[in-house]
Amino acid sequence: MEHQPNSLQRRRWLAALLAVPALTFFAAQAANADALDAITKRGTLRVAVPEDYPPFGAVGPDMQPQGYDIDMAALLAKSMKVKLQLVPVNSANRIPYLQTDKVDLVISSLGKTPEREKVIDFSQAYAPYFQGVFGPTDIKVGGPADLNGKTVGATRGALEEIALTNMAPNATIRRFDDNNATIQAFLSGQVQLIAAGNIVAAAILAKHPPREPEMKFVIKDSPCFVGLNKNEPQLLARVNTTIEQAKKDGSLQAMSKKWFGQPLPANL
Amino acid sequence: MSYQLQFGDLAAYAGMFASGAAVTLALTAASTLLGISLGIAGAAVYQSRHAGPRTAVHAYVEAIRNTPFLVQLFFVFFGLPALGVHIGEYTAAVLAMTLNLGAYSVEILRAGIEAVPRGHREAAAALAMSRRETFVHVLLPQAFAKVFPALASQIVITMLGSAVVSQISVADLTYAASYVQSRNFRAFETYFLIAGIYLAMALLLRAALTVAGRRLFTRNMRGAR
Repeated sequence: MEHQPNSLQRRRWLAALLAVPALTFFAAQAANADALDAITKRGTLRVAVPEDYPPFGAVGPDMQPQGYDIDMAALLAKSMKVKLQLVPVNSANRIPYLQTDKVDLVISSLGKTPEREKVIDFSQAYAPYFQGVFGPTDIKVGGPADLNGKTVGATRGALEEIALTNMAPNATIRRFDDNNATIQAFLSGQVQLIAAGNIVAAAILAKHPPREPEMKFVIKDSPCFVGLNKNEPQLLARVNTTIEQAKKDGSLQAMSKKWFGQPLPANL
Repeated sequence: MSYQLQFGDLAAYAGMFASGAAVTLALTAASTLLGISLGIAGAAVYQSRHAGPRTAVHAYVEAIRNTPFLVQLFFVFFGLPALGVHIGEYTAAVLAMTLNLGAYSVEILRAGIEAVPRGHREAAAALAMSRRETFVHVLLPQAFAKVFPALASQIVITMLGSAVVSQISVADLTYAASYVQSRNFRAFETYFLIAGIYLAMALLLRAALTVAGRRLFTRNMRGAR
């Protein structure tokens, strides 16, 4: 019969079937080989950084990437005594880049979620990322209760607007359709305070406005972490030590002042 | 294309829609009274012998009629504070709507006044009526009667155009809709509902204005004829 495989063909099939698990085993071995050793051997640290998300990462006037994440990557490369290779990514492909071993680390304003924790590991927090209420120094506000009778501008439907509506039912919240209108309402004094992300506050501060948005209180905190592949205890330890040291010696503090215009929050 | 309409999700926000509609109507009422008054004042200035005031009114009319309402609103709300003039969002909305309706009604009334036959002016002059008396007693009533449908349309347009005041956080009907759909994500149902409310309000407003116009001007017209 035509369809009856002869013994030679059968043997080839068998070999192929045996080869599949063997190959996956070798591939797994390669991934398990210590990433920190690989980086040192290679002499370069490959880091996925945001290309269009200031002040974390963006192309500067000199066409070079710049930002908080870039500085963090440089700090890590320096502590490992290797060269730094920046790989621009966006928020959709940053984790796949790590999983397919195109980069060693993701430093791309990455937040921690249970879904992400299933596929990658996270370092300590290295950057502040939160939504809060901001306003000029002369308005004294320490928490949602102090917002009684005050006007707060917020962008309708944004996380901080929905959270603040529940937190401060007695505040007068003025809702605008986009961030720019909210910022304008604050800058022109049409609202006393603004509910926004620290990134937005930083962007306002960078322009040295007459009304400076100073941090009043945090609505929701979701700091950024360095992402790395699972089962890399040595690399993870190294990244964590560097972050801890940077917190102690004030380099993170300086980076925060430089890129966000504000000191690091106390909880970081 | 199988979208399940769920108007039930809107029921919880009924109060919000009602107060939004009330705000829209209040804004329309305030800016109609002020805007039509402004229009009458502008039309009166057009009858002036002096070129200066006429040019000023002309410049105002052209500036308003040739710029978008949203830009005028932003100018009042975001722009004026830079000059040290702080006005709240409701005042800003009424001011912008008044300025807008005022400019259009100047033009509408001017057309009505020009349509009054020349003989009426001459008759007024023969009766030794002053320019002011001629304007108040002869020209304006007839002009109003002639252009009332156009004026009524402009008032309805102003009410519908007031939807953009939600952009400066005035809690009108559109603001209520934006708020609701940012909470329940039922954009289709929400906008469907407020489109219906706007339609009903516009039809009612138009009907009310038509009735009022008939009451006010029919006898007048009969007398004029």
